[in-house]
Amino acid sequence: MDLSGISPILLLASLMVASTPILLAALGELVVERAGILNLGVEGMMITGAITGFATAVATGSPVLGFLGAAAGGAALSVLFAVLVLWLKSNQVATGLALTLFGLGLASLVGQSYNGIRAPEMADITIPVLSELPVLGPILFQHDWVVYLGLALVAAVWWFLRTQAGLTLRAVGENHEAAHALGYKVLRLRFFAILFGGACAGLGGAYLSLVRVPQWTEGVTAGAGWIALAIVVFASWRPLRLLLGAWLFGGISVLQLNLQAANVPVPVEVLSMAPYVITILVLVLISSGRGRAALAAPGSLGQPFHASR
Amino acid sequence: MSEVLLAIRGLTKAYPGVVANSEVSFDIRPASVHALLGENGAGKSTLVKTIYGLVRPDAGAMVLAGQAYAPPEPRAARAAGVAMVFQHFSLFDALNVAENIALGMENPPALGVLAQRITEVSREYGLPLDPRRTVGDLSAGERQRVEIIRCLLQSPRLLIMDEPTSVLTPQEVEILFRTLRQLRDEGLAILYISHKLEEIRALCEEATILRGGRVVATCDPRSTSARQMAEMMVGGTLKTPTRAASVGGEVVLEVQGLTAAPTRLHGQALRDVTFSVSRGEVLGIGGVAGNGQDELLLALSGEMRVAPGMVRLRSDPIGSLRPSERRARGLLCAPEERNGHAAASDMTLTENALLTGRVREGLARRGFVDWSAARGFAERIIASFDVRTPGPQATARSLSGGNLQKFVIGREILQRPDVLVVNQPTWGVDASAAASIRQALLDLASKGAAVVVVSQDLDELMEISDRFAALNEGRLSPARPAHGLTVEEIGLLLGGAHGMEVAHHAH
Repeated sequence: MDLSGISPILLLASLMVASTPILLAALGELVVERAGILNLGVEGMMITGAITGFATAVATGSPVLGFLGAAAGGAALSVLFAVLVLWLKSNQVATGLALTLFGLGLASLVGQSYNGIRAPEMADITIPVLSELPVLGPILFQHDWVVYLGLALVAAVWWFLRTQAGLTLRAVGENHEAAHALGYKVLRLRFFAILFGGACAGLGGAYLSLVRVPQWTEGVTAGAGWIALAIVVFASWRPLRLLLGAWLFGGISVLQLNLQAANVPVPVEVLSMAPYVITILVLVLISSGRGRAALAAPGSLGQPFHASR
Repeated sequence: MSEVLLAIRGLTKAYPGVVANSEVSFDIRPASVHALLGENGAGKSTLVKTIYGLVRPDAGAMVLAGQAYAPPEPRAARAAGVAMVFQHFSLFDALNVAENIALGMENPPALGVLAQRITEVSREYGLPLDPRRTVGDLSAGERQRVEIIRCLLQSPRLLIMDEPTSVLTPQEVEILFRTLRQLRDEGLAILYISHKLEEIRALCEEATILRGGRVVATCDPRSTSARQMAEMMVGGTLKTPTRAASVGGEVVLEVQGLTAAPTRLHGQALRDVTFSVSRGEVLGIGGVAGNGQDELLLALSGEMRVAPGMVRLRSDPIGSLRPSERRARGLLCAPEERNGHAAASDMTLTENALLTGRVREGLARRGFVDWSAARGFAERIIASFDVRTPGPQATARSLSGGNLQKFVIGREILQRPDVLVVNQPTWGVDASAAASIRQALLDLASKGAAVVVVSQDLDELMEISDRFAALNEGRLSPARPAHGLTVEEIGLLLGGAHGMEVAHHAH
């Protein structure tokens, strides 16, 4: 065992990278849940984005186009969910689970011919001056553009929820009957929220297949979508806390990889399951105490909306 | 006074299987309060939804201040100067007052500016409000102020109020009326919907009465008695509940020092609630919603368990028993929210009858349901309580509010309870169904059962209670004989006006 090989600065820098996919996916889900819809299909939309993004990037040679393809892929799958849940009034939990299963199968089918192919490389953007800062420079300012996009999206969602449009979105999630009575288009608004959630999940998935791995392997998301769902609850549906949560879980997954490399005398299997076990523990802790987690939950979360006329 | 603000001409709206409005025509004048009366299902809410742009009529037209008026959505209605205060408040608990008001406005100003205007307008009309408070923490009266201020900020010409007083204390009603009269004097037209006929007599100059979707009568409420109006609504004569002499007897249900935490967010803790009920007695518990009624019901029914000695049935401690064990011993409950709590909406009446009747009616044997017995029980309820339904195979959801309420209450009464606790037995139920439910409760008491009625309807409690107690912020006042209590005394027991001020508008 050799812990001296673990550099705190590198650890934190890779934490930023490791947290990006779950951050993106969780941010999308946060907006969806704020609009009152529970989409458990994050994992399925992520892996769909991972393969559509990967295929686009390989075909065009451009990672940027790859991410666009990923967003489109994730969003396309979310349209399926939106139509089923919003207009056909299917059960949100069951539909979300089915979406995950469907996405996993679809990605594996489409991915058949991509097994083992490497993705086109993506360069890091080193921000001048800031990246020269000691400690902070390597941690914060020497990453690829998607990391910055993730942070920018957190800020954008934080700001959006304070605007008039964001207030409407929260109102729809809080009490859809009342929002309807005031004349807001509940279903239309939720449709766009779900679309945004799908696109974000797709981006997160593509970050795994294009940057983190970076090649196509089946089941590349490996439960990241479920962690993203947990982080939304962990963050009490607030964007800034969401960032903390994503860093926490990104940090745990990076740390366990480092510990594995350092030959810590703990079985590899135990280390690998650490992020998932900790997800469960955090959810249990947050949910213990009567309705602590439910306190911040949007009032209409998961309930179907039938316009009365 | 002869000019017309809103002329309604021949409005017709049909839904599959029911005509909600048929050729409805009447006029609303500026600077007047116009009452819209009718039983549940008479078409009042469809009509106001049409005026507010939530429903599009199949036929007919409206003219607002000389211009053709057919709002495709509430936005258009608000732009034309029509505002509405909803019966079930259209508020968002997790948002603050200013945010809630911004949501109901076209092009709201920045929240800071809006907060300033809310403070000004609310002072001007004697309805003080703090724009930064979270709506979920407000009392019912304060929540209504939020709705009213939201309407007033848009300088409406017509204000629609749907059952505005059902959740207010008498003092709060008085303040509301002064505000409404002040608004009327400023030229506003108000369309006022209420079941409370005495209020309409006190406030309104004109009344239009709907029955079965048609206008059946118009009258001047100031010169028409409440009974006459009720009979126009029902289309027949109305029976007032009567009771046989009270039996009087030993105490059956005793609640001693009942203290419990709230069961949900924005709930109310119970604080040292103490009361007892005797055989043959009706105890009325009044109070504005959200003062601990739900928690009290849960503690009595057994859905929330408390220390054993806090609830005693025939001096046995039962506070820690589950609902079915309490049922077996004779303590039965009929909660409010008939769809969802008292009854499972998508299940048939037979299944719903089984749900609470299983223990006492012996509807299950060796773990198997005796369906023919359950159906028989449901049929007995339907027959004994005049529930209008195709039969026990109908789902609870398909029944109208009044009919389902008769079913839910009847289901408990037929199980021969020793103690029956009901919450809001006639909420949203039309006059004739309400009268028959009250009569059934009185009959039950005269046969020797103890009855606890929790209600926000003070007239109802005065009509059927032997003793009256008020629940305010989780505390129960000592019970007093209901006979001879005045409205003012009751209002004070209910916690007065919750800091409401009378309008002090300076012109």
